[in-house]
Amino acid sequence: MKILKLPKEQLDFFASVLQQFGEVHAPVRTRAGYSFRALERWSEACLDYDRTVLPPKKYFLPPRETMLTYRRPDGYVAGSEGLNQKLVLFGVHACDIFALNLLDKVFAEGVFPDPYYRTRRRNVAVIGIDCEPDEHCFCPSMRADFVERGFDLFFYDIGDHYLVMVGTALGDDMVLATGPLFTPVADADIVEYKRRSALKKTKYQLEVDLRDLPEIFELEYGSEIWEELGRTCLACGNCSTSCPTCYCYDVQDQVELGSTEGPRVRTADTCLYSQHAAVAGGENFRHSQASRIKFYYYHKQRGFVMEHGRPGCVGCGRCIVHCPVGIHVVDVINRLRGVRDAVASH
Amino acid sequence: MLSPAIDVATGPGWLENPYQPHLARIVRIYRMVPDNWVFTLRFLDEEIGRNFRQQPGTFVMLSIPGAGEAPISISSSPTRPGTLELCVRRVGRVTDALYRLQSNDLVGVRGPYGNGFPVEVMHGNDLLLVAGGLGMAPLRSLLWYALDRREHFGQVTLMYGAKNPASMLFREELVSLVDRTDINCLLTVDSDPGGTWKNHVGLLPKLFDRARIDPRTTYAAVCGPPIVYKFVLERLLPLGFSKDRILMSLERRMKCGVGKCGHCSIGYKYTCLHGPIFTYWDAINLPEMV
Ligand SMILES: Cc1cc2nc3c(=O)[nH]c(=O)nc-3n(C[C@H](O)[C@H](O)[C@H](O)COP(=O)(O)OP(=O)(O)OC[C@H]3O[C@@H](n4cnc5c(N)ncnc54)[C@H](O)[C@@H]3O)c2cc1C
Ligand code: SF4
Ligand code: SF4
Ligand code: FES
Repeated sequence: MKILKLPKEQLDFFASVLQQFGEVHAPVRTRAGYSFRALERWSEACLDYDRTVLPPKKYFLPPRETMLTYRRPDGYVAGSEGLNQKLVLFGVHACDIFALNLLDKVFAEGVFPDPYYRTRRRNVAVIGIDCEPDEHCFCPSMRADFVERGFDLFFYDIGDHYLVMVGTALGDDMVLATGPLFTPVADADIVEYKRRSALKKTKYQLEVDLRDLPEIFELEYGSEIWEELGRTCLACGNCSTSCPTCYCYDVQDQVELGSTEGPRVRTADTCLYSQHAAVAGGENFRHSQASRIKFYYYHKQRGFVMEHGRPGCVGCGRCIVHCPVGIHVVDVINRLRGVRDAVASH
Repeated sequence: MLSPAIDVATGPGWLENPYQPHLARIVRIYRMVPDNWVFTLRFLDEEIGRNFRQQPGTFVMLSIPGAGEAPISISSSPTRPGTLELCVRRVGRVTDALYRLQSNDLVGVRGPYGNGFPVEVMHGNDLLLVAGGLGMAPLRSLLWYALDRREHFGQVTLMYGAKNPASMLFREELVSLVDRTDINCLLTVDSDPGGTWKNHVGLLPKLFDRARIDPRTTYAAVCGPPIVYKFVLERLLPLGFSKDRILMSLERRMKCGVGKCGHCSIGYKYTCLHGPIFTYWDAINLPEMV
């Protein structure tokens, strides 16, 4: 991989150059928390943020998206707004990039690739940035604290410079477009990178053990924990809406009164809502909140492993931060495992 | 950013949009049983019709303009190409809208989806089809597949139970099979209020007394409401059936049919991709299966 460095004071110049590659979006501080937004000026960007409320999946699986429109006599015409808009996401954390790589497994690969997702993925550049873990992060446990791919550029803070990994040809074009701003890394930069990386590793406060976790889930299918969680959970869906790897959606046809024409719209959905598995005849395959929250955990920690070889969780901590009743994923996993005091600080 | 291995498509990729319904014309409506009609469809674009490769047991996503989409099993056999027959029960928004349509009206169809029955694996074996109530709809494609490719199968047995003769799906067609020698067609009704039923009266599992089934050479395909699985398994398992010779067709809520929307999940499988045909072994190994 091509690795270069950029003096920190040149970052705003680099950002201005980025505009030729698409509309630049970056985390911005809002009243509700950090949010990826289009920047009006570079100074709005907040690169030392902890986590955005919504993960960058909103750019690839918009919470609401028209898929097709039915019109006579053409039938169902495919199309969606903003599909071909070029964007540059600046400042995406490793865990969130890792989550996009997981979404690729579902939406970009396999037998039926999703053309909407793929097109957006092609049109949105991703520039990653290193982060400072807080008390809700456990990405190393989920092996998602580093990404080898899924970014065009990745920035690591090494003091007065950023060390920059160039992941794609597009990333290389971005580097080249700035002229000689980026320079080769020196031995001292590598030493500093490694020192910071080792230091970061010591800062995580949460841990789960992935080894045989799917088996533990099988063994604990009947655990009392699920009933207890079912009694506590409000089915608000926050944990899933904010999760960078949750992808369930619902589909509705929207028609004007007295007409059969109109758009087919998909909207983000979650398995924590009571109707998610309801079918004809009033039957519901997950009739209790306990069965639904159990499924939510099973799909991530058991089903996704079966299907894709690793958990569908990157340890970003959003579900922990946003749960109004304090349901804590690390706590749930560790209790299932029988490790009670593993959560040091909450 | 997309890794190069994936990024092969040029252009927006609409040609391969898996969500694109293709227009099909309703060429026939057979008002078989109240609220269980059979709709025969033909794609407007003949090319799409020709390339439509269904297996027995697969399904389509059926779009009714203005109402939405619903998964429906293909009731016709791939051995009879050209049209698709869908046996649809009227239960809600989409199916209501379908029942308001008439011959010559247009609907949208995409698919076929699902794994279907593993017919190649089943070739050379005896077949036992067991259907209860509406379970006949998905099994009918396998039935006609077997009858049209009769040389591929040993003994073929159908056991079908309905509440009464009036609610029996495909009744006339099935009754006409009773006298054939290449199939043991056993039809039963729970009760016969009209007193004109010439076949069996009694519960579905009783039909096992009328058939000779060799579990070592037979694949059993079962479809019906949950109670049917329960009672049929109580007959099949003591016969010594291996759990992967019992195949069941399962229904779940579906919003995409292509492994994305998450609605059809059972435990850790997606019914639309890994099913809707599951072996009994799968079933007991998947939490929340039956
Ligand atoms: C693989 C597969 C194959 C199938 N094959 C066939 C077939 O061959 N023939 C056939 O007739 N059907 C078949 N079905 C079932 C069929 O898909 C459903 O009956 C259909 O989706 C109903 O759609 P609808 O819009 O008409 O009904 P809906 O409007 O969705 O409602 C149907 C019923 O379900 C209830 N319901 C719907 N949504 C909810 C909800 N959110 N919460 C609670 N209850 C709800 C409603 O009260 C109503 O009674 C199949 C399903 C699958 C998965
Ligand atoms: S489950 Fe929680 S910690 Fe894991 S990726 Fe989703 S929001 Fe982040
Ligand atoms: S955020 Fe908490 S309360 Fe809300 S659905 Fe998730 S677990 Fe339940
Ligand atoms: S129907 Fe959408 S995942 Fe199966």
